[in-house]
Amino acid sequence: MSHASTGRAPVEERRSLKELAGAGFGVLWAALMRLFEPPMAALQRVLGIGRMPYLFLLPNLAFFGVFVITPLFINLGYSVTGGTDLYLSERPFVGAEQYGFLFDCGSWIDPTSCREDRFWRGVYNTITFVTFQVAFMVLFALVTALVLNQEIRARGFFRAVFFFPVLLSPVVVALIWKWILLRDGLLNAMLLEMGLDRILWLADANWAMFWSVFVSVWAHMGFYTLILLAGLQAIPPDLYEAAEMDGTSRWRAFWRITLPLLWPNLLVVLVLALIRAVQIFDEVYVLTGGGPGTATQFLVQYIYNTGFANRVQNFGLASAASVVLGVVLFALTITQLALARRRDGAA
Amino acid sequence: MTTETAASTTGRGRAPQKGVVMGFLTRRRGGKRLHWTDWATWAYLAFGILLMFGPIVWLLLSSFKTQAGLQEFPPTFLPLSQVTVEVEGSPRPLPLFRVTMEDGSVRELAEVRRIGIVSTMIDPADPDERISVPIEAREPIRAFQLATENYTTPLEQFDFGRYLWNSVFVTVIATMITLVINSMAAFALSIYEFKGRNLAMGFIISTLMIPITIVLVPTYVVVASLGMVNSLWGVIIPGAATPTGVFLLRQYMLTLPKELIEAARMDKASEWQIYWRIVLPLSLPALAVLAIFSIMWRWNDFLWPLIVLNQTEVYTLQLGLNAFQGELNTQWNYVLAMTVVTLLPVALVFAFLQRFITTGIASSGMK
Repeated sequence: MSHASTGRAPVEERRSLKELAGAGFGVLWAALMRLFEPPMAALQRVLGIGRMPYLFLLPNLAFFGVFVITPLFINLGYSVTGGTDLYLSERPFVGAEQYGFLFDCGSWIDPTSCREDRFWRGVYNTITFVTFQVAFMVLFALVTALVLNQEIRARGFFRAVFFFPVLLSPVVVALIWKWILLRDGLLNAMLLEMGLDRILWLADANWAMFWSVFVSVWAHMGFYTLILLAGLQAIPPDLYEAAEMDGTSRWRAFWRITLPLLWPNLLVVLVLALIRAVQIFDEVYVLTGGGPGTATQFLVQYIYNTGFANRVQNFGLASAASVVLGVVLFALTITQLALARRRDGAA
Repeated sequence: MTTETAASTTGRGRAPQKGVVMGFLTRRRGGKRLHWTDWATWAYLAFGILLMFGPIVWLLLSSFKTQAGLQEFPPTFLPLSQVTVEVEGSPRPLPLFRVTMEDGSVRELAEVRRIGIVSTMIDPADPDERISVPIEAREPIRAFQLATENYTTPLEQFDFGRYLWNSVFVTVIATMITLVINSMAAFALSIYEFKGRNLAMGFIISTLMIPITIVLVPTYVVVASLGMVNSLWGVIIPGAATPTGVFLLRQYMLTLPKELIEAARMDKASEWQIYWRIVLPLSLPALAVLAIFSIMWRWNDFLWPLIVLNQTEVYTLQLGLNAFQGELNTQWNYVLAMTVVTLLPVALVFAFLQRFITTGIASSGMK
């Protein structure tokens, strides 16, 4: 609070503008909060002050319990039942049949040999996507963070430029790029201008995968750049000064100072990017619809199609596939937590 | 360094002078010359601006083009559209062309109709005379024109007005609920010492590990059994409690002085009063951050609404836009304009967020 009085004039102005905008909302808010005063005071008299924290916790825990924890457990229930009924009590128990169906494969490397080949295509597409997307994501986020960490003019502006696509919705991101990649879009116009042939970017399986990776890196890179930038700025500058005095080249300074000190942050970024990439759905679904054919159909889209989009909603199979995805994500999250603990311990 | 050595090895004469000039041009504060990495930095940044901003600029420009303007190939950069003129005896306005006549003179003529490679044209000043012109001799006359009907038509005549309202409703109500219930939990977890505090905290943090993608079916069933399918509440309620929100607010509230709360209790304030009259106003910076996050999450949400909402009346802007772009004959002029409408609030919040970050850095720098 004390900063406000010491702030310079522009900061003062901004504050007053913000206060003005918040005033209308504040009146509503206060009225709502005051409404709760008498009942909460009455409850406090009945329960005593020692039980008040439980009361404050109750709404949150109730929401978590009903909409997160309960679903997590009944998900297992759905994955061992069959039929098309919505409610678990009406569904026949089938044991591990759904899992058996998912994993019934002639050969592990050939998705066409599996009974549920759409699932395995989704798995292999996801593996391809994750491999390239995470590699490019970490690489470009690192390079961008290194560039933005230099002493350059208008650094705040450039940081904003690289960060802002993070805030765009997946639908907006996909449509921005779809418009550029259309048959008569900007990119093909450029190709023709350069004397090359038109390419149907989203109708070719390999190009569709390429653009899925490209667009998702474009959209999310700024987030990881910000994490890495914070890591870079935490490296004490006297290390570089000392290195410069010793006549160390910048290249060597990068390998000997920057990379080792940034390593913990890089690992965290890597695993975070992995967790997000495995769950890829929105942008690619709007951009390619999973096509051409099933070339860009990923695991989450398989779950969505099986459980919701297909004419016959197969909740059991969708749940079994979610459990498989959940196991993968759980392993990745545990890795992330372990890495984060090591980073914070080292710092 | 490198220019100096190059200059000294190429001998006397003009070379050293060239070194001096280059040195002057590339000199920076502190007397250091530009390293090659500085050039690479600026090249990267220039390319970055083009790649990150270019698509948005292209979207904005395209969203103001008419449907005819969008179908032009190669596309024009600015939203230009062909000039039309009202001609006596013609029921509709006719497109205007600049025509090079056989004798080499240039006239501005309006096209009545085109058959094959021959176009029948008339002079707007003299509508009675018909002139046949080969189509390669004419060139459309274009003028800068913003097709604002791309924005007004979908909002007024299609359902986009409703989608917009649905999105605003979900975003505002969900953010309010999120702020209230998460700040209540954070208040309990930071101000009080009580049995089970760590357990509750662990429980909340552990939900961070459960993304919606792995519980789609059961969450849908829970929402369905509460009768909230195809209702905006089915979108608002399930994500209202967020572990990130509780964690963020708790970390902030832990820094508040305990004496303040003790003093309020001495003055016979109830716990609810302490919560909303003392702790919440002091936690305003953290609440603002959570509000910004929540607005972004809710406005941009796609997968969960896609599952819960299947009737167009309850579509949010994101769903409406996705459905509209998936139609067989996509009217891209409307899609693009509605994409701009969809990203506009986020852009506004971003302007606000940027300011928030800079003031945050300024105040922490003063500490």
